[in-house]
Amino acid sequence: MRPFLSSVLAVPVLGLALWAYAQDNHTQLALREQKGLEGAIAAKREALAVLEAEWAYLNRPERLGDLARLNDARLGLVPITAESFARLDQVPYPPPPPSQSAEAMAAAEAGADWP
Amino acid sequence: MSGGSERAQGRLVVLALFFGLAFATVGAKMAALALAGPLPGRGAAPEAIVADRADIVDRDGRLMATNMATVSLYGQPPQMVDPARAARELARIFPDLDAAKLERRFTDGRRFLWIKRTLSPEQRQAVHDLGEPGLLFGPREMRLYPNGRLAAHVLGGASFGQEGVSAAEVVGVAGVERHQDARLRGAPNEPLRLSLDLTVQAAVEEVLAGGMRLMNAKGASAVLMDARTGEILSLTSLPDFDPNDRPNPLTEGDQGDSPLFNRALQGVYELGSVFKTLTVAQALELGLVRPGTLVDTKGPIRQNRFTIRDFRNYGPYLSVTDVLVKSSNIGTARLALEIGGERQADFMRALGFMEPTPVELVEARRAAPMTPARWPEITQMTVSYGHGIAVSPVHLAAAYASVLNGGERVNPTLLAGGAPPGERVVSRDVSDAVRGMLRQVVMRGTASFGQVPGYALGGKTGTADKPKPQGGYYEDRVVATFASVFPVDDPAYILIVTLDEPEERGGEEPRRTAGWTSVPVAAEIVRRVAPLLGLRPDWEAAPG
Repeated sequence: MRPFLSSVLAVPVLGLALWAYAQDNHTQLALREQKGLEGAIAAKREALAVLEAEWAYLNRPERLGDLARLNDARLGLVPITAESFARLDQVPYPPPPPSQSAEAMAAAEAGADWP
Repeated sequence: MSGGSERAQGRLVVLALFFGLAFATVGAKMAALALAGPLPGRGAAPEAIVADRADIVDRDGRLMATNMATVSLYGQPPQMVDPARAARELARIFPDLDAAKLERRFTDGRRFLWIKRTLSPEQRQAVHDLGEPGLLFGPREMRLYPNGRLAAHVLGGASFGQEGVSAAEVVGVAGVERHQDARLRGAPNEPLRLSLDLTVQAAVEEVLAGGMRLMNAKGASAVLMDARTGEILSLTSLPDFDPNDRPNPLTEGDQGDSPLFNRALQGVYELGSVFKTLTVAQALELGLVRPGTLVDTKGPIRQNRFTIRDFRNYGPYLSVTDVLVKSSNIGTARLALEIGGERQADFMRALGFMEPTPVELVEARRAAPMTPARWPEITQMTVSYGHGIAVSPVHLAAAYASVLNGGERVNPTLLAGGAPPGERVVSRDVSDAVRGMLRQVVMRGTASFGQVPGYALGGKTGTADKPKPQGGYYEDRVVATFASVFPVDDPAYILIVTLDEPEERGGEEPRRTAGWTSVPVAAEIVRRVAPLLGLRPDWEAAPG
């Protein structure tokens, strides 16, 4: 009886040991992957910082001013001045197309839906 | 036999004890493993890997200072194959290195030496191509100012502190980098947001540099401040420098001539007639006079060995408004005598003239104003028109903001956000009245070149003779200042423009007064900058 009981108990013990070993392995792999990813993120961040610095360098006001002057013929960019501001009533909005509003009025008078 | 069994029993006991101990050890270890908590998590935030110093950005988040990964170059002479060739080749790659000196240092028995603090990628490749095993690279984080000279005096610059082979700390050496060093290192992932506006700063620098050339000045400064919050939108001092390649301080001569010198903050000058605005404001606040009150301007006033006179004779009486419009020293001096020394000193203190400014630059603490120790009558009179008291343009900007924004004290700051206005220095009515007078100065007074189409500018000129180092004043060297506010009916910004030794040579005789030099430069700055600040032009108040 006793040897039988022992062998019956040994099977789950062996199974658990195997499972624990697999988990351990799994964890180690995950940790290694995490380390790799962290390195990759750090590299990306560094690259991003370089790109941001380059963006700022290429967009420095001095250079943009020079470029605007160099390409004046094509772009015609000038510094913004007081004359650049306008009032809302100076904006020439297109008038509503008369035919359509007449139609809508007629439709409304007739009690029908929108055309 | 019995002896043998006893011995066998003894062995069994020892064996049992041994196994018992072994099992106990294994059991204890298993219990420890089972009871231990989870492994400490790996650093989940890899941000810390990149930056160990925070970026500096302008008020809209545009980058002003950041970090770049680079390498430094060091040598280990014992590992060198051919020190002479290495020295020769390095001198070829870096023209500033001397081959003979380098070779001597490679061969004098030292085991380690720094050669270059930062390398460009091209230089690194060139050194790498030498194939010399005794030349090694160490990783470095370098401070980079992508806008070059822009706002150089604000940013200051950075350098290396403690240096090791695998890393070096970056420390601020001047400006905001030095003042905010602890903050920049303490929270490296959070950019430090300044109150500066990059576009406005660039425009001010461009116009001011042109004006300085045109007016033959040896230096210039400009401060543009939000009148309500004290936020400085532009702080410019010319000549300037590149913080990426910060020059060394002058070893001889006047530090005030160094490009490192921040004229707007460290330049403590007698600013002259711009102080009259403050004297008039206090006289109004105390109820001594009203804008129309006539003030005795008969002169000159003689006191001890001093004589106070006006630029020209303005007749026996001027209204308070006209004292400011015509810039009468005698009129202002008489107002000061009515105010009295104690109250005048208190007002100067309330405006912040008695202490260094709280601006977040390391230079600010050392730029203490020069104020009189006692206030006898002669001092009261000279201080009333800006002599015998020397402050920086930033001081003046804060004082003008306090008086003209409706009367509440502002503290100048370079960090975005600013501070809410402090205690009241003058009443709202006085503030409005003084702004009206400053508008008159531009419309029909000493600042008639200050008319900007679309924007109603008000301001006061000040032309002060420069003091000689050995005492007395120069006849032909002045500091010309224009302190202005715009738009005058809804004060939003204060602009102070100061030119050092300007000379307008368009006429027959050179003209040095602020009305001919600083005012046109300030007007051009407003013309360029006001639209950038989103101010809507008011064609009725200031027709084109």
